[in-house]
Amino acid sequence: MYRYLKGIRVTLSLLFFIGITFLFLDFTELISTSVFKGITFLQFVPSVIKFLSIGGFITLGFLVILIINLLIGRVYCSSVCPLGVMQDIVSFFSKRFRKKKFRFKYSKPHNILRFGILGVVILAILFGSISLLSLLDPYSVYGRMTSDFARPLYILGNNVIAGVFEKLHLYGTYVVDIKKVNWAAIIIPSVFLITITWMAITKGRLYCNTICPVGSFLGLVSKVSLFKLNIEETSCTKCGKCSFACKSSCISIKTQKIDFSRCVSCYNCVSSCSTNSVKYKLAWIPVKKSKSIITTDSGKRDFLVKSAVITAGALGISNVLKAAANKGVKLIPYKKKHLVSPPGSRSIEHFSNKCTACHLCVSACPSGVLQPRFFESGLSQLLQPHVDPLAGYCNFECTRCGEICPTGAILPLTVEEKKTTQTGVVNFIKDNCIVYTNNTACGSCSEHCPTQAVKMVPYKGKLTIPEVNQEICIGCGACEHACPVNPYRAIYVDGNTVQKIVKKPESKKLEEKEMEEFPF
Amino acid sequence: MYAGIATGTGVALGSFENILAGNYAAPYDMVAARGGEAEIMFEKAIASLGGMKAYVKKNQTVVVKPNIGWDVSPEKAANTNPKLIAKIVEHCLQAGAKDVFVFDNTCDNWQKCYTNSGIEKAVKDAGGKIVSGKSESYYQEVKVPKGVKLKNAKVHELILSSDVFINVPVLKSHGGATLSIAMKNLMGIVWDRGFWHKNDLHQCIADFATFRQPDLNIVDAYRVMKKNGPRGVSVEDVVTMKAQLIGKDMVAIDAAATKLFGLEPANIGHIINAEKLGIGTTNLDKLNINRIKV
Repeated sequence: MYRYLKGIRVTLSLLFFIGITFLFLDFTELISTSVFKGITFLQFVPSVIKFLSIGGFITLGFLVILIINLLIGRVYCSSVCPLGVMQDIVSFFSKRFRKKKFRFKYSKPHNILRFGILGVVILAILFGSISLLSLLDPYSVYGRMTSDFARPLYILGNNVIAGVFEKLHLYGTYVVDIKKVNWAAIIIPSVFLITITWMAITKGRLYCNTICPVGSFLGLVSKVSLFKLNIEETSCTKCGKCSFACKSSCISIKTQKIDFSRCVSCYNCVSSCSTNSVKYKLAWIPVKKSKSIITTDSGKRDFLVKSAVITAGALGISNVLKAAANKGVKLIPYKKKHLVSPPGSRSIEHFSNKCTACHLCVSACPSGVLQPRFFESGLSQLLQPHVDPLAGYCNFECTRCGEICPTGAILPLTVEEKKTTQTGVVNFIKDNCIVYTNNTACGSCSEHCPTQAVKMVPYKGKLTIPEVNQEICIGCGACEHACPVNPYRAIYVDGNTVQKIVKKPESKKLEEKEMEEFPF
Repeated sequence: MYAGIATGTGVALGSFENILAGNYAAPYDMVAARGGEAEIMFEKAIASLGGMKAYVKKNQTVVVKPNIGWDVSPEKAANTNPKLIAKIVEHCLQAGAKDVFVFDNTCDNWQKCYTNSGIEKAVKDAGGKIVSGKSESYYQEVKVPKGVKLKNAKVHELILSSDVFINVPVLKSHGGATLSIAMKNLMGIVWDRGFWHKNDLHQCIADFATFRQPDLNIVDAYRVMKKNGPRGVSVEDVVTMKAQLIGKDMVAIDAAATKLFGLEPANIGHIINAEKLGIGTTNLDKLNINRIKV
């Protein structure tokens, strides 16, 4: 049995990893939304949020994780968490490029740091903000990296292949244009990518046992697990192989003890031991309550100071950008009160409290209209996606984001519900409109409007000009996307704070009459 | 009696050769059919023009450009009738075409448009190849020397490389261009449409029509969107007209389609502008039109 543990772990972890990674990479809508749900079911933080948000059987993935954790330890960290597996892959490959064979060694736990961060995250949640949790949740961290870095590279690879085929006049594959890159929003995933890769190369699973709040939380659960990995002192020869193989640096040869709260159940120790001394042992003797959650004021202060610095920097950057765009433009500027949240996200409040910014919807949106924010909507919506008309517009018939959202931040809508769900409202600025400024026809906005909330009405001579009806506008952003005026459009959508149900557009059946003669 | 065609074909063919233009003396300037299913009307109409063989030679490549702009079902008539497209592809292949490509630079998400319009399946089943029009890398810069406002454009490579170009618009209302017919349909073979909207839409549509006259224009007026076009809101915007027009002269065919729709060509900016540029004629009385009742 023990022989197979590592093999099972490796197999499971690769299955989950490849599955999740492909969800984020695929741009062909190959995967049905039910597969999305299946694959993300066990992701801990999204599952907890979804449970608190809508409840029901499909939200109980976190419970499965907890039960397994209570039985045999942090299987989530070893097999289910894509960020964890990514670190294993990084350290696996980094081994190959080292002159000396890469070995780990025991280190003391960084309890103040890890439980400090966990404490601050929990405190922040109690004060009503999940921003910090979103920033550190390993599934979401991995999602952002994959969506923001790996996906463009994947598309680039596709384009190279499709480009070659295209030259041969083979059009089975196709080139995909990358819609828009929000450079500012990529800063944060970049920092994480570099830090975590470096940590994985040098220290194995250090991230999981110092920074990751899920790792720290599950570590606490591990303290009371029913079975724990244990070194049999009688047969152990203190050869040290297990400790060298331990990615979590949690095996002390000196004391022949495994710090199970840091153990990520990778079973490298089990398979490395030549005397089979590392085994699960029933540990149903409650551990003395020595340290529970420690929150440190200094850690919290540090975080607050850092986030203030980051915020200030970011605001500075965005102001510079705005100034550049304004130069020499006679158009009437406008400022959106709110960015548009995805359809089904109910309200800004619901969305900002439930979205961990994993960017799964950003990857899955067929129109590419969902784009990450930076600080445009403040810290509470950091990196959360919005409907960005500059990148595209929300397809009238599409409900994909709500179907795949793992946290319930975007709730599923039927196509009929979606068609009357108002995410924002249209505003028309006549002074910016081509028809008004140039006295030529345009109609680009109305052309794209699925409800004719933007309608062309008679203007001068044969010209027509847009007229808007906010009562039937659903805020899809098609008009704003299509408007050819830059940098300020003649028509734009302002996000609703609470999404509303609007009337279906009225229409009357036209009279049909048979053609008797050609009119020419 | 071929005056209209001659003026049309003489205009700005650019660097590539239109093998067929001028070589084939069609028996009619235009064929107008009514009263039948789209594919039946097409078969009768093309037969009266000498069959597809007259337009497509063995081993030639053909590009068919329907309107697939919107992610809606065929009943909503925002896109060209898929049955008609299937029939056209079939006839091209029967005439010996090596490849028949079909694409559009759609407005809505292109995969969804291709699927839900029914056109992707129709093309594949008929043996044609459906191609993406949704990447700037497919488009090549060309000059439009006769353009008044539009001096250059980026055009899909298939339009430039294919031997035969068949334009298959659907007749429908259009908020900006009043009507969308043959000339307006060519907006789907260029990349930067925003420029057109910004720089006098009607003039740009006419300007671009000087670039390359399709070898054949087939106007689908089986289902016609009478209002809320070009996307439409519901099937209630649509009437079943059961008509079709085939011809070479885009101005003439747009003029005839305008009359079918119930409007006057003199009121459609881009048709007037195009006639001024010498692309074709709106004087339908001068044309030899074969009128077919199916």
